[in-house]
Amino acid sequence: MSLSAKDKETVKAFWAKVSGRAGDIGSDAVARMLTVYPQTKTYFSHWKDLSPGSAPVRKHGGIVVASITDAVNKIDDLAGSLLTLSELHAFTLRVDPANFKILAQNILVVLATMFPVDFTPEVHMALDKFLAALARALSEKYR
Amino acid sequence: MVVWTDFERTTIRDIFSKIDYAVVGQAAFSRCLIVYPWTQRYFGGFGNLYNAAAITSNPKVASHGKVIMEALEKAVKDMDNIKATYAELSALHSEKLQVDPDNFMLLGDCLTIVVASQLGKAFTAEVHAAFQKFLAVVVSSLRKQYY
Repeated sequence: MSLSAKDKETVKAFWAKVSGRAGDIGSDAVARMLTVYPQTKTYFSHWKDLSPGSAPVRKHGGIVVASITDAVNKIDDLAGSLLTLSELHAFTLRVDPANFKILAQNILVVLATMFPVDFTPEVHMALDKFLAALARALSEKYR
Repeated sequence: MVVWTDFERTTIRDIFSKIDYAVVGQAAFSRCLIVYPWTQRYFGGFGNLYNAAAITSNPKVASHGKVIMEALEKAVKDMDNIKATYAELSALHSEKLQVDPDNFMLLGDCLTIVVASQLGKAFTAEVHAAFQKFLAVVVSSLRKQYY
């Protein structure tokens, strides 16, 4: 399920449309993930406040979405551009890769709430493929 | 035994009272066939599913979407007995239709996305969590009769 040229075009075009709200997207997606899939909270026991809208959640949302924007710009070489992040997740954070799928689904839900007209089934599919490719690149260094 | 909070009960009933089953059913089911095209394997008799446009305008897809929503309503009407409510449907999907149960959550995820786009801001993290829990119970009940 690698990204076709059309997929990449769709992702880039949609992301350009939505990147103005990048901060909100990231923050809402992380907040949702922690609320809807509470097992993900186990990775953030060092945060003082895991509630939606809290400072650590907003900050982390910002970091996540900035990385996604970066990945969109380097969509032709996800493995290469995510090498350092992959090492971080593999050796330091040791996040079970199943959670990447969970965060991805939450990002898609946030996009659906914020951009109901633009988030067509075609855009949904391209983004789902892109986030899956991103997750794969992030899992590169795990073993 | 699933324990529902008052908030969860109210939220689920509220969502289902707000949505148009024909619209949401068609949107969710067609989205599933488009985003996860391997799910088309179960719908060989549905005619033209060749591309997104064909799927979106397919009348059999639309009517089946509504059937799915009406079946979900049964669970909403009796949230404390979802397992019993779906015993027959579970056996049907397992023995007759032979649907891989991993597909159930794919449809669930698409339904979540459609409901989210309908409710917008009102689909808060807490509402989303209640909906996700409801879908998880539905899916688990549909998996029960698989051997």
